[in-house]
Amino acid sequence: MDILVENFFNLAIMQSALPTVLTGFGMTLLLVAVVVPVGFAGGLLVALVSGARSRLLRWPMIAYVDFFRAFPPLVLLIFIHAGLPFAGIDLPAFAAVTLAFFLNTSCYYGEILRAGIESIGKGQMEAARSTGLTKLLAMTNVILPQAVRNVLPDLISNTLEVVKLTSIASVVALPELLYSAEMARSISYNASPIILAAGLYLLLLWPVVRLLSRLEHRLAA
Amino acid sequence: MTNPYLLDVRGLHKSFGHTEVLAGIDFQVAERELVFVIGPSGSGKSTLLRCCNLLEEPTSGTVTVDGVDLTAPGVDINKMRQRIGMVFQSFNLYPHMTASGNVTLALRKVLKQGRAEAAETALAALERVGMADKAEAFPNELSGGQQQRVAIARALALEPKIMLFDEPTSALDPELVGSVLKVMQDMRESGMTMVVVSHEMQFARAAADRVTFIDGGLIVEEGPPEQMFSNPTFPRTREFLARVAHA
Repeated sequence: MDILVENFFNLAIMQSALPTVLTGFGMTLLLVAVVVPVGFAGGLLVALVSGARSRLLRWPMIAYVDFFRAFPPLVLLIFIHAGLPFAGIDLPAFAAVTLAFFLNTSCYYGEILRAGIESIGKGQMEAARSTGLTKLLAMTNVILPQAVRNVLPDLISNTLEVVKLTSIASVVALPELLYSAEMARSISYNASPIILAAGLYLLLLWPVVRLLSRLEHRLAA
Repeated sequence: MTNPYLLDVRGLHKSFGHTEVLAGIDFQVAERELVFVIGPSGSGKSTLLRCCNLLEEPTSGTVTVDGVDLTAPGVDINKMRQRIGMVFQSFNLYPHMTASGNVTLALRKVLKQGRAEAAETALAALERVGMADKAEAFPNELSGGQQQRVAIARALALEPKIMLFDEPTSALDPELVGSVLKVMQDMRESGMTMVVVSHEMQFARAAADRVTFIDGGLIVEEGPPEQMFSNPTFPRTREFLARVAHA
């Protein structure tokens, strides 16, 4: 028992690791604040173009979505960060992570939003167009607000996955939460900083999980 | 040369894939006229109506509204649609907006009215359909008849030159039909030009200037309601009217 506490819940070690881990937590928050909106905006674009009438627009989008949904995000990130320099493209870690997340998450957000848009009857678009709204105005004012509401649980659930996935940034030495905790672990030769990091993830995500669960219940009712 | 007709449809064909729904329609509506379009289901009457504001793209032929050929290249269809109000069978109100919000959306986004001005215009339009007291209600708080009247207000607020009605009472419980027809009657009396696809034959008899019977994508015959209902020329018209009367 003592060994367990000593190695995993060592308060003294947690305390000395706290500044490092908190700095990492800050970086994770910054990363989330960048990759979630960027991925969502990309998803919006994916959803709108996938719904276009022109095959010339639609087909490349289908290929794009298929490709990046089948591409493991960790492999993608390592390729961008460590592979692209061979082609003379050397992105800083943060930019590499942002690009990898954009390519990956825009596909998932895109598929969810597309399902949401398809859940809205075509009468809504027709009514809006019949009053002189352009397709874009009808989309932004009539279709998307309803579409987003219909797929809100899926959007939140995907966001949850994205936030957890930010930990892969540690492999390109971006000092986010996992990377910082891992640093602290190797310095202290103790697992407690990892537990600390896990606790911070939990603190960040648990309210979101609760919210999601309540939303799902409300929609099921 | 000015076109004497507010709506002038010439040689209109519309096919969906290999199915020809409209097979050459010539259809004119003068200002302040109320024309009823009747016909069996699948006859193409809704498609004709939907070609009049280009919700359906004609395969060939022209649709001229207020002197502008909608099928001509370079026509600003969004601008033209402000002059062509449309009312749908299933109302198609925006469920996430109040009655007032439904009416103000196009006023603000298309006519670029300010928030206050748009709200005022909307209230006046809702007043005309007897729905001013429900301006802040959401569609799901309204009956079908009330929703349809809000949908009419949404079109009216843009001050269209012509109003198209696509089976406006077909989705309503019988006891709610009257309130919608009453609004349409008021509009007619105020001089609105209207094209109505509907099975409300009594209303047609009372209010229409002309009844147009469509079957198989063609206009079979048209004439004043008295003549059409009591003495139609073609057996097909007679058969259809007999079936509707007994329905």
